[in-house]
Amino acid sequence: MEEIVTSETVKVIVFQIKDKEYVIPVSKVRGIEKMMHITRVPRSLPFVKGVINLRGVITPIIDLRARFEIEKAEYDDRTRIIIVTLDNMEAGLIVDSANDVLDIPETSIEPQPDVIGNVATEYISGVAKIEKRLLTLLNLDQILNQDEVKDSVVKEA
Amino acid sequence: MDLNQYLEVFIEESKEHLQTCSEQLLELEKHPQDLGIVNEIFRSAHTLKGMSATMGYEDLANLTHKMENILDDIRNEKIQLSSEIFDVIFLAVDDLEAMVMSIAEGGNGKRDVSEVVAKLEMIENGESLLSIGTAEVAAAVELPIRESIEKSVYDEFELTVIQQSKEQGFESYEIKVSLREDCLLKGARAFMVFEVLEKLGEVIKSNPSVDKLEEEQFDHSFCVTVVSKESMEALQKKIMKVSEVDEVIVSQLELSELRLALNEVDDHKLIMNKENQKSNNEPVVPLASTKDEKTNHPASKQHNKTIRVNIDRLDVLMNLFEELVIDRGRLEQISKELESTELDETVERMSRVTGDLQNIILNMRMVPVETVFNRFPKMVRTLTRDLHKKVSLEIYGAETELDRTVIDEIGDPIVHLLRNALDHGIEMPEVRKANGKPEEGTVMLKAYHSGNHVFIELKDDGAGINREKVLKKAIANQVITEQLAATLTDKQVYELIFASGFSTADQISDVSGRGVGLDVVKSTIEALGGVVSIDSNEGKGSDFLIQLPLTLSIISVMLVEIQQEKYAIPLSSIIETAIINKTDIMNGHNQQVIDFRGKVLPLIFLKEIFEVPETIEEDGYYSVIIVRKGDKMAGLVVDSFIGQQEIVLKSLGNYLSSAFAISGATILGDGQVALIIDCNALIK
Repeated sequence: MEEIVTSETVKVIVFQIKDKEYVIPVSKVRGIEKMMHITRVPRSLPFVKGVINLRGVITPIIDLRARFEIEKAEYDDRTRIIIVTLDNMEAGLIVDSANDVLDIPETSIEPQPDVIGNVATEYISGVAKIEKRLLTLLNLDQILNQDEVKDSVVKEA
Repeated sequence: MDLNQYLEVFIEESKEHLQTCSEQLLELEKHPQDLGIVNEIFRSAHTLKGMSATMGYEDLANLTHKMENILDDIRNEKIQLSSEIFDVIFLAVDDLEAMVMSIAEGGNGKRDVSEVVAKLEMIENGESLLSIGTAEVAAAVELPIRESIEKSVYDEFELTVIQQSKEQGFESYEIKVSLREDCLLKGARAFMVFEVLEKLGEVIKSNPSVDKLEEEQFDHSFCVTVVSKESMEALQKKIMKVSEVDEVIVSQLELSELRLALNEVDDHKLIMNKENQKSNNEPVVPLASTKDEKTNHPASKQHNKTIRVNIDRLDVLMNLFEELVIDRGRLEQISKELESTELDETVERMSRVTGDLQNIILNMRMVPVETVFNRFPKMVRTLTRDLHKKVSLEIYGAETELDRTVIDEIGDPIVHLLRNALDHGIEMPEVRKANGKPEEGTVMLKAYHSGNHVFIELKDDGAGINREKVLKKAIANQVITEQLAATLTDKQVYELIFASGFSTADQISDVSGRGVGLDVVKSTIEALGGVVSIDSNEGKGSDFLIQLPLTLSIISVMLVEIQQEKYAIPLSSIIETAIINKTDIMNGHNQQVIDFRGKVLPLIFLKEIFEVPETIEEDGYYSVIIVRKGDKMAGLVVDSFIGQQEIVLKSLGNYLSSAFAISGATILGDGQVALIIDCNALIK
């Protein structure tokens, strides 16, 4: 990555889970919603909290704490649902709070170090260090991995 | 250039053009003299050729080109229509359809069409497929006709005009104007030529007609006949002043010659007809001369003004609208609390407008069943030929509208029933004759609205259903027992043909009875929330009646509560509801059951299956919803019934598309999501 020398920047949404800051490119984000009523979908994976009515579209909701196997926290006023889109699929990610939009230079993005705390490394596509803040880039493909969802259904059947 | 973005449009339009081709071909078969129909087909084929060449589908373009050649020859009366020519053209259209389908499914549209191409070429070269006799006639006819196209033929009226003008000192000229090959606005240039001519004299005839010139339906040259006092040279010079005109040939008309020509053409027509009648018995089209063409031309079909809208966009519109409805509900609530007359009036007005809006949006998703029916005439034609039967298909109510989602699903079941009627229903012509029926059987396909349903009826005047034969077969295939057979009513016996593992045809034929029975039809229609029933009169025919819901996007459900969660159960699978005492439950083998009207009914505890978190204490009673899947029944245990409601069906989205026993979701009045239970998945 070091050899890429461009002044290109990526616009990202910054959000918190526990005490860490994570980012997703704005291009993948459709909106940020406040917490609302979630309808549980029976026998789905533990991190799938259910579905919401997002302006008439039924949207599945994933709890990122559960996805990253971080201990549960009560939802409060700062809890947000980030609606992301990937390959014609929309989903909401529950995060502790979301409050920043940043331009980060592509050059500052580095591949993830081998050890990066308690989040399983497969969900991370890189890290960026900006003015003493360490931002973790999430790998949406892996977070919304369909195979896992399908596997669980097969097992139940 | 990236053509992918045009692919969808290409496929849609190709399908449309091919549909026009087959429709018009069938029409042409009925009225072989009508060259206007040939033009219509030619135009569709031509457009298709252009489009497929642009998109790079060479095979498609080549075959269309070959077909177009034949059509052009038919149009120019070089080839006479006969039933074998029709067969080959239909074959070509079939191949084209297959190619377009292959493209639509992501293929490359390649297909071995050498056989059809060979046949088309034979026709084009004037070789007959059946007898050499017709070829000779065609060749003999070809020459004089070609001349008649080159030179305009005048009818009596026009000749009189020419004669009278001559008496008044006007000369008659025939002017052949050729435009440059690269001329872009042919219609406009032709118009300018006419304007010049009208200043110099009077135009009495043009070939092709003025309408066609305006629509640019001509190659690069056209012929006009004018009466004028100007000299030939003056006319030529003035026309040449119009830009992009390549060549102008002016020739003086001699009345005596014209009269002769007219007679000749008439004679030719007569001779040809006689020869044709002698040479073969196939229906041969008497050639229409240019003057007939005019009268035979039907006004080109008026097409409705429409725009193409992606169904996804309609779904988005629908979603947004539903959101609006939910907000309207809240607004109504607020206005009630505030008791302000002005607010009340505004809200009421808004309610009315949104009500109208709802009707329009729902209507937009409606498609006439025509889109399904219009492929049947061709199918019936092919089938009856294969089966050596004579059948006429009558279609009524093709304009009846159904929701797009139903339309997409209903095609196959009807095809199945139609094949069944043709294969098993209608008898061979000899048998029909012996039974005192007309040789040609009739199959009637009728669609109509009634209440909240659409009915599709398929009626044939064939052999009907033989009760004994059905019973024998059903017993042999172990569908029913012998004891049961005696107690069944006729209607119940007929219903047996929908049972799985049943097929009454003595021989397995190519058309129907390929191991897939009518049970598929029944299950497809039931999956759509519809009902299929059958009535029959032995010796007189059978009558299949399909009842379908108007739309699949709005369904009636029973809302129930399980602890604090709300679920919807489609009314179509509910038989009835009951409240039972806990003490009535019996423990069967690994299964809790109840005695329900003399039947043992297994209970399904939704709370356990759906792993609903328990927060509310239960009382001594259970609310049970009795549902069915086919002839199996089960009781779903819930906590309470909320009531019946019309809801809008929504999908759970791609991410959760395979959720267990959930067929979809809906949004309730309070904006929350309720899941719809798929009863079929719960009953094993």
